[in-house]
Amino acid sequence: MGRIVDLTNRALRRVAPSVLYVLAPLPAGWWLWQGFTGGLGAEPIRALEQRLGEAGLQLLIAVLAVTPLRRYLGLNLLRFRRALALVGFFYICLHLLAWLALDMNLLWGQIFADIARRPYITVGMLGFVLMVPLALTSSDRAIRRLGPAQWRRLHRLAYPAVLLGACHYLLLVKGWQWEPVIYLAATCVLLALRLETGAGGRRRSAQ
Amino acid sequence: VAGLGAKPSRWSTDEPPTAYEHITSYNNFYEFGTGKEDPAREAHRLTIDPWSVRIDGLVERPGTYDLGDLLKGVTLEERIYRFRCVEAWSAVIPWVGFELRDLLNRVGVSPSAKYVAFETLLRPEEMPGTRRRVLDWPYREGLRLDEAMHPLTILATGLYDEPLPKQNGAPIRLVVPWKYGFKSIKSIVRITLTDTQPYCTWNQANPREYGFYSNVNPNVDHPRWSQATERRIGEGLFARRRPTLMFNGYEKEVAGLYAGMDLRKFY
Repeated sequence: MGRIVDLTNRALRRVAPSVLYVLAPLPAGWWLWQGFTGGLGAEPIRALEQRLGEAGLQLLIAVLAVTPLRRYLGLNLLRFRRALALVGFFYICLHLLAWLALDMNLLWGQIFADIARRPYITVGMLGFVLMVPLALTSSDRAIRRLGPAQWRRLHRLAYPAVLLGACHYLLLVKGWQWEPVIYLAATCVLLALRLETGAGGRRRSAQ
Repeated sequence: VAGLGAKPSRWSTDEPPTAYEHITSYNNFYEFGTGKEDPAREAHRLTIDPWSVRIDGLVERPGTYDLGDLLKGVTLEERIYRFRCVEAWSAVIPWVGFELRDLLNRVGVSPSAKYVAFETLLRPEEMPGTRRRVLDWPYREGLRLDEAMHPLTILATGLYDEPLPKQNGAPIRLVVPWKYGFKSIKSIVRITLTDTQPYCTWNQANPREYGFYSNVNPNVDHPRWSQATERRIGEGLFARRRPTLMFNGYEKEVAGLYAGMDLRKFY
């Protein structure tokens, strides 16, 4: 196990994180193409919306996994975290856009009513809103301007944001389906590990 | 494939039917999985021959009837109906079938019967979705007797003048066009006449979200989403939402069944 991690770390050192900005949006482009050409089936709007949302949630859960992976397995993905998070945010933006324009046809009356009245939409929208300041302060310059301590405090908003995203998925399906349950469980486990490592980290620094 | 030769019906809509490909590839049939594409992929496992339907309860001639015997002597009609899913998508479907009341009259409904209960096959070795308790299997649905006797209510055995595909509820299913799609129970193995309101699977799973009646009603929202509009499947990436019609556009025919009832209470 340790050897695999070492080899992976060494291989990843040669990869520029910016590769993610090029590769990660490709599936979105492919789904859009499929949507235009009938490849997404009878309900392409819903299919596109769901794929974008699910990809966004997967990327954001991957972001939450970066710290535990390093702490428990020694796998170092820290250099990729910002790119993963921004691409995840990009997918959530596309998901929101697909909902507003394709699904709801920009019927603002029904859109605002849904945001206010439908818990799954309220929760999803809240998660999105929490991510906006994080995306806006993702540059090195923003980190310098805020100072590392304040920046880190602000970016803890990522925890509730991903949790809200996972709840949004669970709340929108009919019956007990396993996919949203797994996403929510993964999110909860990753957040629980973080709480523990947070406390452990403080203990360690006190020693 | 030789057509079923179904006769046209005055109950059909003249709206253009949804493509066969879409009707048969976008299904809710949780016995084969919760994904919309799961039934089309998994339902081939289902054995539909032999098939029998048990008819019991408050009937004069109860029994387990072979499907062939049930269909003997019925005149198949094509019924092109609007179909509205509770999830706010819709379709126009050319069913082939016969009126449920024909069958009920043949088996003889006892005067004390007030409701009709239906049950779907439960055969886990052929229905992978039933191996998990997504719902309380077997799937069950029910109608009030006057709803069941309404001429719009049919038992469908075909689609586009061909035998019903398995993912659409072969070999025999219910179609109640003014109610949300889940009321139109698939792959029926049992029909029971009762004097008490029958157990309905979705209604029991979440009574707040799925009422016994579940009539299509744009003015009564699902707690989690609006029912005011719907989207026709098969209209592509730029499909527009269309307003949902009261009783799915069958108001003239069925509103009388609910005269004096508060449809917000009996949703």
